[in-house]
Amino acid sequence: MTPSASTTARRPVGRRAGTPYAFLAPAMILFVAFLAAPIVYAAYLSLRKVKVSGLGLGAKSRTEIWAGLDNYARSLTDPDFLPSVGRIGLYGLIVVPTMLGLALLFALLLDANRTRESVGKFARISIFLPYAVPAVVGSLLWGFLYLPRVSPITDLFEAVGITAPELLSRDLTLWAVANIAVWGGTGFNMIVIYTALRAVPLSLYESARIDGASEVAIAWRIKIPIVTPSLIMTFVFSLIATLQVFAEPMTLRPLANTISTTWTPLMKVYRDAFTRNDLYAAAATSVIIALATFILSFGFLKLVGRRAFNQED
Amino acid sequence: MSLKKGRSKTATALLLLGAAYCLLPVLWVLIASSKSSGELFSTFTLAPSTHLFDNLADLSGYRDGLYWRWMANTALYAGVGAAASTLISAMAGFALAKFDFPGKSAVFNVILAGVLVPGVLLAIPQYLLLAKVGMTNTYWAVLLPSFISPYGIYLARIFAAASVPTEILEASRIDGAGDWRTFGTVVLPMMRTGLVTVFLFQFVAVWNNFMLPYIMLGDDRLYPITVGLNGLLNQGANQPAMYTAVVTGALVSIIPLIALFLTLQRYWQVDLAAGGVKA
Repeated sequence: MTPSASTTARRPVGRRAGTPYAFLAPAMILFVAFLAAPIVYAAYLSLRKVKVSGLGLGAKSRTEIWAGLDNYARSLTDPDFLPSVGRIGLYGLIVVPTMLGLALLFALLLDANRTRESVGKFARISIFLPYAVPAVVGSLLWGFLYLPRVSPITDLFEAVGITAPELLSRDLTLWAVANIAVWGGTGFNMIVIYTALRAVPLSLYESARIDGASEVAIAWRIKIPIVTPSLIMTFVFSLIATLQVFAEPMTLRPLANTISTTWTPLMKVYRDAFTRNDLYAAAATSVIIALATFILSFGFLKLVGRRAFNQED
Repeated sequence: MSLKKGRSKTATALLLLGAAYCLLPVLWVLIASSKSSGELFSTFTLAPSTHLFDNLADLSGYRDGLYWRWMANTALYAGVGAAASTLISAMAGFALAKFDFPGKSAVFNVILAGVLVPGVLLAIPQYLLLAKVGMTNTYWAVLLPSFISPYGIYLARIFAAASVPTEILEASRIDGAGDWRTFGTVVLPMMRTGLVTVFLFQFVAVWNNFMLPYIMLGDDRLYPITVGLNGLLNQGANQPAMYTAVVTGALVSIIPLIALFLTLQRYWQVDLAAGGVKA
């Protein structure tokens, strides 16, 4: 269907008012159906509960009523909730700085090696490769590499006569999962930062060098400020990804009995919703995680003065 | 001069160390999928064996080739989802970049907020809403949510603003072309490079997604590869012989995306902050 087919040829140059809305319509309909509506529905469910009257038998004995903030109180006082939040906090403190630090380091090294293509190209592709590996598969591969009977790390330790650490023991599981996230995420962030660096003309560095600046000084004074907007964006996206870690621990569970069903907040949401059939508690916990994510990411963007997400180009 | 040379050597060494760390699991799975189930847990980690083809045959034989069905499902989810999402993002991005209309900034701000909504938090309410209309446990349950990508719209808007000159739109209009025809014949080709990036982003996101299909699907014939492999691994806990199938399946599952990466490398020069593509 071509809406303009029947209009007269002498149409004014200005566009018809409906056109932009027609172009936006599919996106907006899907946005409402799959983003806005689920958020509103989760918020609604989080304020509801089931009231059981009589013996709880028969269809009419279970009715849904308003619950006020009961579900939130229940979520926050759930003995499994706070430990999972603490775990995810520590996990984020390990993963985000390590991953972004390595990404920045590799990007700077690649950029400093801009003239020596062969090593740089090989390293760039290799480090980016894990982005092509789904988190489930990455966790599966590392999971096997963590098993004492498979792990080359065990062989390494035994070769020098030391008992190898149990990588999936209670103390080390968090680090084992963090390693998978760092492995999977460093390359993508490196490419983002490297792309920003490549936009800088080499002549800028040449003049800094003539002025006697060392490579490290150039990195600190010129390169890092240039990639700051990229670092802000990668930080925000990493933060969001960290708070919703799910696939990695779910995949490691069959290999590691140290991962409980409520190991991360999102795993607790899943357990409440599908194992316990307690949609109300699951909804309340979801809303809490979503709010925490929003506060952290918006707070951070505010803090850095919204230098990312340029409104107009 | 020698100091500089030493630094350059350190840089090279660090880069190669990073590459080795990133390649280790991939190298391991390549070797491990050539081992029989007995060898998997007994021979040296990086010692290859000769059972790759036996393992592939076992994998293909698992429940009448269910594994290949998972791969085909994944290609369908990622391909159709990314294509639809790219077209929808291009239309919305074009409208936001090239038209002035009441409510424009409100729409854009809502979409920006959508970028920051953690996707998987939506999965459970999405499941409940789709259950109300009887669409869970169908292909649509995984496809439809993947059609909308706020980040794709954000990128498409930047690409449209940067690559489609307003004069060309005016010229096309004076020639009598309708808005939809102009979009199809002029705007889409001009945005092509950027749209490939939008497509790739969404393709990888859907291909790698686990939680949404894990929640939405009960019938294992509809599974994508991530959910299927997760199920196989869980079976391995009771039948260790399944582990070779899991390992071989993991290897085969990463080949298509790695191939896609190597062939479309130039589209992966992504500037998140500016949204630009340096090709």
